[in-house]
Amino acid sequence: MSSEPPLLELENVEVHFEDKPGLLDFGGETETVRAVDGVSLTLDERDVLSLVGESGCGKTTLGKTAIGLQRPTGGSVKFRGHDIWEVRDGKSDADITWKDIRTSLQIIHQDPGASLNPNRRILSILSEPLNQVNAELSRSEKRERIYALLERVGMNPAADFAERYPHQLSGGEKQRVALSRALLMNPDVILADEAISALDVSLRVEMMDLMHELQNEFNTSFVFISHDLSNARYFTAHAGGQIGVMYLGELAEIGPAEDMISDPRHPYTNVLRWATPDLSLRETGDPPMRKIDIPDPVNPPSGCRFHTRCPEAREACKQETPPNYQAGEQRVACFREDEDHAYWNSPELTDGNLADTGTNTDVGDESGLSD
Amino acid sequence: MATQNSNPRSERGVEDPIIEMRGASVTYDEGESYVLDDVSLDIGRGEIVGIIGESGSGKSMLASSMLDAIPDPGLLTGGIRYNPPDDEPIEILDLDKEGIRELRWEHVSMVFQGAMSSFNPTMKVGEHFVETLKAHDANVEEGMARAHELLEDLYLEPDRILGSYAHELSGGMQQRALIALSLVLEPEMLVMDEPTAALDLLMQRSILRLLEDLQEKYDLTMVFITHDLPLVAALADRMAIMYAFKLVEVGPTRELIEHAAHPYTRKLLNSTPNLDAPLEEMEAIEGDQPAPINVPTGCAFHPRCPLADEQCRSAVPEFFEVAEDHEAACYHWEEAIDQISLNYTDSLGDRAASGGDD
Repeated sequence: MSSEPPLLELENVEVHFEDKPGLLDFGGETETVRAVDGVSLTLDERDVLSLVGESGCGKTTLGKTAIGLQRPTGGSVKFRGHDIWEVRDGKSDADITWKDIRTSLQIIHQDPGASLNPNRRILSILSEPLNQVNAELSRSEKRERIYALLERVGMNPAADFAERYPHQLSGGEKQRVALSRALLMNPDVILADEAISALDVSLRVEMMDLMHELQNEFNTSFVFISHDLSNARYFTAHAGGQIGVMYLGELAEIGPAEDMISDPRHPYTNVLRWATPDLSLRETGDPPMRKIDIPDPVNPPSGCRFHTRCPEAREACKQETPPNYQAGEQRVACFREDEDHAYWNSPELTDGNLADTGTNTDVGDESGLSD
Repeated sequence: MATQNSNPRSERGVEDPIIEMRGASVTYDEGESYVLDDVSLDIGRGEIVGIIGESGSGKSMLASSMLDAIPDPGLLTGGIRYNPPDDEPIEILDLDKEGIRELRWEHVSMVFQGAMSSFNPTMKVGEHFVETLKAHDANVEEGMARAHELLEDLYLEPDRILGSYAHELSGGMQQRALIALSLVLEPEMLVMDEPTAALDLLMQRSILRLLEDLQEKYDLTMVFITHDLPLVAALADRMAIMYAFKLVEVGPTRELIEHAAHPYTRKLLNSTPNLDAPLEEMEAIEGDQPAPINVPTGCAFHPRCPLADEQCRSAVPEFFEVAEDHEAACYHWEEAIDQISLNYTDSLGDRAASGGDD
């Protein structure tokens, strides 16, 4: 169609942190935390990309890397075709500045309380972004714009809310202020880092609906980070976006939201699906994995990083890192997608079976058949 | 024959209740504001009850009431009786300080959200177990043997956990260690207030699965308090729904999900993101829940309820019997079932086909 470069393009992004040994770790060596490894993806205009995975999977680091808050140690992040770190280092002849890029890429955090200055009124908090990007506006014009946006996000009467301090707002209201502050920068991308996780379950749909509406009005894309597949599904599917599943720094699977839910290909996507509560009252059974705890990202397992917990793992998974396979519109890093792979002839890994290590009390379950 | 229950003290009890709560209320400001309003609820021995409510609905007050642990200067009134397995009933509000201390760990134990703040950062996890055992004059050697077994039940390596400081463990490990600690004195009952809320969903779900096993192995009674109804649906035998400091509906989990009768419960169910419902049918509940100083008259839900009429605005509805063991505090529960459709009912079909197994 068009030859326009995507809004954001990540190519083979890698973020490694040097973890210096503590004072008490005598003789300890510098350890490398491989927070993100080999991730490639794109985000279009008015698009949604959700990143899901458990704590420590690297989703927040990847999100921050995508919006230029974290410098990758390898690979590239391009904004409208320009490598943002080349722009930052003055090595690019693009007609875009680092400041433009930083303005275009905004973030809202999980805990809006912590990101709003407690000593300033909402009006003052929301004036900041306008002072930066619309300095030419008069005081009263700025005020008008802020009131209009507060009303738009459902904080009525706006004049009343504008005079309050953050501690006088509920969690949902603080999150609306954080969202408003990001929107006043007129961004192209907003990173919503677990932005609704702290809200009551019953308030999440409302907040996500509001974000959808504002996405259309402000022409914004979202990178939505969540540990909850049902929230990611709701937020992503509505906008026709993609869900990316991360495991120990790598993208295990990525694809259109509804495909990821109805036909998860990677065994780890299936684990996240198991973890997502629903109302169908099906027996949950044991988790479809061999160990409950995630391994240390300092020393990720060899080969496929999920092999230590994967119920489908075989010897081949320890040896070799799976490439990305295309399955319909999904991209899957698992040998099971290749019918001719040596995987199928290698022995199964069976250590650490959840059901075996414990004390056998769960055998009595009526529907204890876990297959 | 009780088709309705105008007297809150007459909730038809469960068989063999371990806790009988009658008209429990918590007030602040010398009775000006209620944060728990006239709640009657029985907890049956060996059952798992989920108490569901949004932030500020009073659900934590309900949990704390069961152990007389209301933060000062709150005033708890009503009757809360604990029935030990082979002993005389205990009126919890009549206990002195020492009695409460004994009750809290040895009979009814409590686990809160955020294990990190429950562990002393300068003490190894193992020392917490030893201290707890000593403080209650329990045999330390036997107690630590139990600790090992409990930790193993929770898929932890006992020696590694006991020899670590809390900060050296992941959030999920800390929370499981805390659950093991809460059970080391062999309580009859475990009350958990959002015990997994700070953890990622996979760890939350894994812990719930383990709690199910613990409940069976140790014949525990469990009360699980959360805002996340779907999360506990797979665990709880019964659910009790709170709105604006009152209970509004109580029933067996499946019955309540399939035939919720209170408009609030039905709207709450429809507002919950899940993997089954069609996207376009998930919708938020209009309006906000009330603050303690500003609870609407009559049924507190009436300003947000599509079925509300004059009666709802003027008189607090009593509980009506919807089905066996299922009660809802709504004058119009039959219309609610008729008129507020549930958006996930199609997905209930596969469950029905797989056969009843309770």
